[in-house]
Amino acid sequence: MAQNSNTTAQAPADDVMISMQGVNKWFGSFHVLRDINLTVHRGERIVICGPSGSGKSTLIRCLNRLEEHQAGDITVQGITLNNDLKNIDEIRREVGMVFQHFNLFPHLSILENCTLAPIWVRRMPKAKAEEIAMHYLERVKIPEQALKYPGQLSGGQQQRVAIARALCMEPKLMLFDEPTSALDPEMIKEVLDTMVGLAEDGMSMICVTHEMGFARKVANRVIFMDEGQIIEEKDPESFFNNPESERTKLFLSQILDH
Amino acid sequence: MAKTPKVTKPEFVRTTEAPLLPPPATEAGITGWLWHNVFESMADFNSPMAALRSLFMILFSLLLVYVFTTQIYGLLDFAIFSAVFSDTEGVKRQACWTVQQGGALPDGWHAACWPFVVAKQKFALFGPFPKEELWRVYLALVAGAAGLAWVMIERLPYRRQVGALMLTVYPLATFILLTGGNIEVAMTRVAIWFVFGLALISIGRLGNAGRLGSVMTEFAGSFAGVGWLIVAFATVTGIAAFDFNLEPVDTGDWGGLLITLVVAVTGIVVSLPLGIILALGRRSDMPVISVLCTIFIEFWRGVPLITVLFMASVMLPLFLPAGVNFDNLLRALIGVMLFSAAYMAEVVRGGLQAIDKGQYEGADAVGLSYWQKMRLIILPQALTHVIPGIVNTFIGLFKDTTLVSIVGIFDLLGAGQSAIADAAWSTPVQAITMYLYVGIIFFVFCFGMSRYSIYMENKLSKSRRH
Repeated sequence: MAQNSNTTAQAPADDVMISMQGVNKWFGSFHVLRDINLTVHRGERIVICGPSGSGKSTLIRCLNRLEEHQAGDITVQGITLNNDLKNIDEIRREVGMVFQHFNLFPHLSILENCTLAPIWVRRMPKAKAEEIAMHYLERVKIPEQALKYPGQLSGGQQQRVAIARALCMEPKLMLFDEPTSALDPEMIKEVLDTMVGLAEDGMSMICVTHEMGFARKVANRVIFMDEGQIIEEKDPESFFNNPESERTKLFLSQILDH
Repeated sequence: MAKTPKVTKPEFVRTTEAPLLPPPATEAGITGWLWHNVFESMADFNSPMAALRSLFMILFSLLLVYVFTTQIYGLLDFAIFSAVFSDTEGVKRQACWTVQQGGALPDGWHAACWPFVVAKQKFALFGPFPKEELWRVYLALVAGAAGLAWVMIERLPYRRQVGALMLTVYPLATFILLTGGNIEVAMTRVAIWFVFGLALISIGRLGNAGRLGSVMTEFAGSFAGVGWLIVAFATVTGIAAFDFNLEPVDTGDWGGLLITLVVAVTGIVVSLPLGIILALGRRSDMPVISVLCTIFIEFWRGVPLITVLFMASVMLPLFLPAGVNFDNLLRALIGVMLFSAAYMAEVVRGGLQAIDKGQYEGADAVGLSYWQKMRLIILPQALTHVIPGIVNTFIGLFKDTTLVSIVGIFDLLGAGQSAIADAAWSTPVQAITMYLYVGIIFFVFCFGMSRYSIYMENKLSKSRRH
């Protein structure tokens, strides 16, 4: 048992969760993702950073088909991502996503937000779904808000609900699309703490964020993107201490100077 | 210049609680309401301009009070105080004649002649519907009102089930009650359709179980769906064709409020789901569906309802093969349904456009299918946004039913108008009284819908509190 979890943490090479091969994407004539090659193993925690408009959000949104890529191959959990709706549904069941603007459903209570997908997508009985939802709401430390509506919660609380909502589907991988960018400074910490907790439990995650402290703390790898390309891909230690590319150095000097 | 100001100690520490005081009379209770809503605008005399404005507001308010009281008094006087309520001697029109005209009322009398409306009551409400069969109409109306009330009152249990009955059993029961059922259709044909539907369902079942190869598994759902539709259709037709031993009543003998309600309720009940489907279709990613829905919507919005009704009742029979004859009311009903569905579609589309893209993405990301996403996430929000528009369309539709009189169907207004032609009740106030009556009935229904819509809006906005 212990040995098993150990191997998960070390992410053996044969345990590939995501593979992107030569992925290209255009918005109209704008080439937004250029020749992306990326492999993510089970249990890996990857932080993607880069200037705005560099395609980092688009990259992770391609992983669950919120955006469609035009060239190259994407495989998630061994399922090829193509136009087959069955494949897309299967991938979305396994991949949780947290958005910059939370995207909670305002007409449903917190509990209903969390039980909706398990009930309708996983065909889970309501009582079981609620049990699981309460478990994850406790984990993000807001079980007492379960019967409120999203509009009654603070930004940080809403984002934690969004994380719980994604976790209720018991995904194998979590995607975070700038989860703290829309939050007040004092609420960022509560969300980051939740994410660190998740990472410590061994969840595989890909996180687009500007929180460099978070990257240092939890990431196995940091990926720097600019103009739709992956410029540099390293472990956080060497990424922050000795970046090689000029663009990376410039970017780091700009965000770390303050 | 540099006179040093007297320095006060810039420190303050509260040692006693500031007392909580009751609000002044202008801020709370009835006096507060009166002050803010009536007198505040006319009490400012601090400058000449303000005084002028206050004076103007005083005069304007007095004028409004005068106009309202005289008008409302006039209306009440016409409808109640001076009105004639009974015709005990059975003299008909003479009951509402002045001395000059040969009656007993004082000269210059001008008020409602209610005995006329009472005498024409049955005709205005149900048209020439056979008297001895009227219990069927009453039964349908009472059941409809009870069912609707049950669904609307939130304290009652089983509201969903009652609503489902109201949308399935009730229409069929009403159809049979009002027409007498026993429609002409060969039972063998119904039976063949029924069996055919069952066969399709079985194919769907087998396909789902994977017994008919992988291609059939893909289409299993469609087979089963079409099968269920056919079975349902055959069942409904079979029941409608059953002889319940009711006297048949031709739709030509329907009239008055009955027609208004039949046209309005079917229009309302059909136009909302049809409008939702059209709106979703127009916003669909599939170009064929989107173009078809757009053409449909723009076509029906582009022609006046009168043209639609006229085409349906006069032109359509010319294109149909000889011997095929649709019921006149049915044709008008279909016209009204499609017409209002097109309007409804645009209202709903407005609501759909107000939904943030993030809601679609949130629903996609948790793995909901297209229909789940629409039904559980997008439509509940979109429809809530456009409740005023939806009810607006309902009210418009309710009043537009009066247009069916152009194709010889007598709705409430039409029946009222033909009642006016009765010379036995000929008085100068005959027409006004009937129009007042018809107007009150229309107002009650439309105002009821309007209030319910406001109630729904408040309820929904309370339940989420943005």
